[in-house]
Order: sequence, then C-alpha cells, then structure tokens
Amino acid sequence: MEPTTLFDKIWDAHVVNKIEGGPSVLYIDRHFIHEVTSPVAFSGLESRGLTVFRPQNTVATPDHNVPTIEQHLPIREELSRKQVETLTANCERHKIPMFGLSHKWHGIVHIIGPELGITQPGMTIVCGDSHTSTHGAFGAIAFGIGTSEVEMVFASQCILQPKPKKMRINVEGKLGKNVTSKDIALYVIAKITTSGGTGHFIEFAGSAIRSLSMEARMTLCNMSIECGARGGMIAPDETTFAYLKGREEAPKGAAWDQKVAEWKKLKTDENAVFDTEYTFDAADITPMITYGTNPGMGVGVEGSIPTGDDLTGSDLATFLKSLEYMGFKPGEKLKGKKIDYVFIGSCTNGRIEDFRQFANYIKGKKKASWVTAWIVPGSKQVEQQIREEGLVEIMESAGFALRQPGCSACLAMNDDKIPEGKYAVSTSNRNFEGRQGPGARTMLASPLMAAAAAVSGVISDPRE
Amino acid sequence: MIMIEKFTKIVSSAVPLPIENVDTDQIIPARFLKAVERKGFGENLFRDWRYRKDGTPNPDFVLNNSKYSGTILVAGKNFGSGSSREHAAWSVYDFGFRVVVSSFFADIFKGNVLNNGLLPIQVSESFLTGMFESIEKNPSATFEVDLETQTIRNNSLGTEFIFDINPYKKECLLKGYDDIDYLLSLKKEIEVFEMK
Repeated sequence: MEPTTLFDKIWDAHVVNKIEGGPSVLYIDRHFIHEVTSPVAFSGLESRGLTVFRPQNTVATPDHNVPTIEQHLPIREELSRKQVETLTANCERHKIPMFGLSHKWHGIVHIIGPELGITQPGMTIVCGDSHTSTHGAFGAIAFGIGTSEVEMVFASQCILQPKPKKMRINVEGKLGKNVTSKDIALYVIAKITTSGGTGHFIEFAGSAIRSLSMEARMTLCNMSIECGARGGMIAPDETTFAYLKGREEAPKGAAWDQKVAEWKKLKTDENAVFDTEYTFDAADITPMITYGTNPGMGVGVEGSIPTGDDLTGSDLATFLKSLEYMGFKPGEKLKGKKIDYVFIGSCTNGRIEDFRQFANYIKGKKKASWVTAWIVPGSKQVEQQIREEGLVEIMESAGFALRQPGCSACLAMNDDKIPEGKYAVSTSNRNFEGRQGPGARTMLASPLMAAAAAVSGVISDPRE
Repeated sequence: MIMIEKFTKIVSSAVPLPIENVDTDQIIPARFLKAVERKGFGENLFRDWRYRKDGTPNPDFVLNNSKYSGTILVAGKNFGSGSSREHAAWSVYDFGFRVVVSSFFADIFKGNVLNNGLLPIQVSESFLTGMFESIEKNPSATFEVDLETQTIRNNSLGTEFIFDINPYKKECLLKGYDDIDYLLSLKKEIEVFEMK
C-alpha cells in the first residue's frame, strides 16, 4: 500500500462522495457555532423549510460579542445582545446544546471544545471561524468555514471541499528557555509569510513539537491559519491521550481503550510524500514580536525591523504603509519601546498554561503604572482553575485584575477596544489594522513577552 | 430549490486597489459583523479606509474617487487573508462588484465569494500589473470576463489570460446552482455513511 499522511488517513475516511473534477463531500463529525457567523445560516436553512440534520453533533457558545466584566447583567450593547439572543433562540428551536454566558462550561469556542473532550483525534471539525485550526492539535482535521458552509453542515452534516495540498513543518531540537509555541508560530510565519501555507493543510512534526504540551500545541495549530493554511495538525500521542482522559465527553472505560488503540494508528507513514516541506531548528527561535500589520511581520525581540531595502513596487508600498500605521521606522529596534496596553487571552493564548506562565513571570513584580492590562481567561473552567491555583492573588498583588471569559480584545467586538494610536502587546493572533479597535497598534507575542512588557512598560526580553 | 444569480459575461471598467495582503478585517471590520441578517454590508466595505474618523468619506480612497467605477475589483496579491467571515464576501457583492481579480487569494475568502455568485479570478503578476497600468492610464479602460471560456481580456492592451476554476464551481455559477440542493440530494448516502 502506498504510504499516506495523517491528513490523508482522516480525510479519506470522511469522504462520502467525490464529484468528478470537483470537490469532495466531506462528512463532519463536530460542528461548533457562535453568535456572529451562524444567524444567516439559520435563516437560510429555515427559508428552505429545513431543520438542523444532526443537532447532537453541534455545539454552540456565544464568545465574540460578550462583555468580560459583569456578565451576570444583560449585555448593554444592543446589537451584541441581539446576536447572542438570536443564537440562544436558534439553538432552542433546533435543539442544539449551548453553553451560554451563565453556564459553567461557557467560553471561547476553541477553548471549550478541547477542554470538554468534544475535540478528539481522527475527527473532522468545522466552525464558522478561521481559528478552528486550533483543534488540529489533537490530530483532527479542523478548519474554518464561511456562513454558506455553516448552512451546508446544518442541512446535511457535510461540506463540499476540494482536498488541500499537504505541507509538513518540522521543528527539531530543543526550545530555549522562555521560548514558547507562540514564538514557534510567529517564527514560522515570518519565514514562510502570511500566504506561504495557502492551499495547504499543515502537519507539524519534529522533536520540538513532540515535546510541547497540549496547550502549546493548540497555540501553534491555532496560528496555522495565519500563514494562509487551511489548518494545522499534530499526530496524537501519549500527551494527547493524557490530556483527554477523564474529560466530560471523552470515551470512558472499555470504549476509551478501544479509541486509544484506534488513535495510535493516526500518524503519517514513513516515506509519505508532502507537496511542501520545511524544517526549522528550534535553537534558532527566540521570543518573537510583530512590528507590522500582518502576523508575518515579526522579528526576534533582540532584532530590528527590516530596512525594506530589498523591496520594490507594491511590496515596498505595502511595507511602508504598514510601518506608517504602526508609527515605526524601517530598521528600528523594538526592544525598549514604550507600550500602553497588554492583552492576555484569546483562543490562541487563553488557556491555563498561558496564565500560569504569565503569573509565574510577574510574581513579586509590579505592573508598570502607565500600562492597562486586560487578563481574559478563555473559559469559565480556565477562570476557575486560575482561582483554584491561587494565580489571582499573584496577579492582584502585582496590580493586575482578572476579567471574565470571551474573545475580548482579540477582535474588539465588545467594549475591550485598544484606543487609537496606542500600542498593545497582545497574545492574540492578528495584528491587522484596526483589529483591536480603530487605529489600535497591535504587537503579537507570547504570554511571557506580554508579561515582561506589562511589568517593564516597554518591549522587553523575558529571558533576562 | 434556491437559485443564486447566474454569472454570464461581464464587460466593465475596474476599480484598482494595488495593496497586498488586504485582510478581511480591512474588507469589513469586526464591529460591523453584528447584524443577524444578510443585508447592507456594502455600506461598510473597506470602512476604515473609506471613511475618515469623523465619518466623512476619505477623498484619497479609491471607492470615493468618481474616476473609478465598474463591477470588477482589482487587488494586490493575497487578497482576503485572515478571518472566515463571509460578511467580507457579502460586502464586496453588496457594493456591486461581481468579479475580484488578484494574483493570489486566501483560501477561505475564495470559497466564500464563490458561494455568493462572485467570481474570484487569479491572474499572473504580469497580467495584474498590466491591469493596474491600463487603469492608471485610463480609468475607463474596460475588461471582459467570460466564465464559459475562462478568459479575462484587457481591452486596452489586447492581452488575455485564461484562468482556472473548479469545473463544479463553474457549473454552479453559470447555472445559478447552490451546493445545499446538491447535498440534500445525497441524504441517503450520508445516512449510509453514518452507519459505517
């Protein structure tokens, strides 16, 4: 038999039908939905006189719009409130399980799926959100879809998809101290650009990847969309099984043993061929920070913004436009630059490990007086864990306050907006113009980089 | 059966946007994603580039320049990167565009526009440069798009480019078919698949 990749194995097992010269009909195991990209899909479905085909394979949570303080009160902003109410009504009508604001399992959709054990190896998972790639950390095919496709999944539990090309990114060796998977992600995107992965599905492999925790793997797979890839995945292993065991929706008893035996087969065969392959040395990766307006515009914290000397035409114009927006000059060093805001959270870095790293770094230190910090857990369960582990006390004595779960300042659909012209070191995933509020200047980094910036008030190296 | 608008031939002038990596947050910022109905998104297309902070139109932005018009949007490479928000495709369509030309498209955006009767045409860098130059010389320069023959023609230069499109999606656009009707026709097969 021809050697196949992990991606091939899962994809091929989910093809219901293939259109000659066209896309495949791919069966979807789990469909996550939220309040922003689902309402038009529900109304489209209903205008056809249909109901959701497999509501029990669907899970809903409101996350994009929700406030991160006083969640027990009605949402003040009318349009946000209406979107959340619409989701609630749609889920009731179509019998879809929903973890609303008051539910103990509420949180960002890409945080709660894994922490409840809904996300499992070998599955196909979609959501009307590009960061669905997060779930690939479990050895699943998970990718973001548009609202028309959400409607397709509602109607048929299937989606029409052309099979993407395959890419493998190997990271070998040992990561340096205080270098995290966020740094791997920003390093890789800086190397292959924001469109380097377009048309591909990535498998991350190599010894540095194997040594990552599940939380760290999720951060990396989450960011795979930022190099243009449909998704990223990591073959399941003992780390994966240990994370899943005992979680709410994970198989139990004999079913667990049987599943683990199946999951162990989910790996790329030796000699399987990828369309594109890269190998990086973990030792070359340092704490990263972005200076521009796409996630590929990143450098090591000790590095400088490129001079742009090698660029011409629209490449140069785009580079200069980006620096102008950020208020930076070509060739400048970033270290030591004053910052105004710090955001810890999002589906990229809103898990317990991220808050442990943050708390561990700031312990015994004080927040810089001019910095506003928003510390936003990814879910109620993460919030609970932060409290149980005593991290809140550490944060509070350093001058930080813990907020409530939601997407928050990652995309600023709620009130958590970075003001115009202000610099934010953010653990989220996108530094696009206006992403964190009109005129906001975002610098993407790891929770440790954000912690270092929060206490020093300037871009700092967390290794020092 | 729900029909989407059929795509036929288009002859039109074009609106140039020679910026690379235009992400979906630029096409439509997140704060305009709060509607629960699909309408009126064209008003907020390129919102933060199109309007100044006080809400008045930014005269430097191409959509506010009356020299440029037409149903074809021509953009720099890697157009539509970032979020999966279909609102981006809706806003481009709702504004009145029917074709988007670039030398490279982000995957999700490309899928989204195809599902909304909007044709993404990926051309070579040189053909794209030719288009930008022709529009710069003459803002009324016209281009012809023929989906049947998969051809885009730059009438000023007399150059043509044959573009790729998935044959299934081509058929859908030409006939105004929609994917859900097709998927519903497979219900039996899907149920059999689930039993496996």
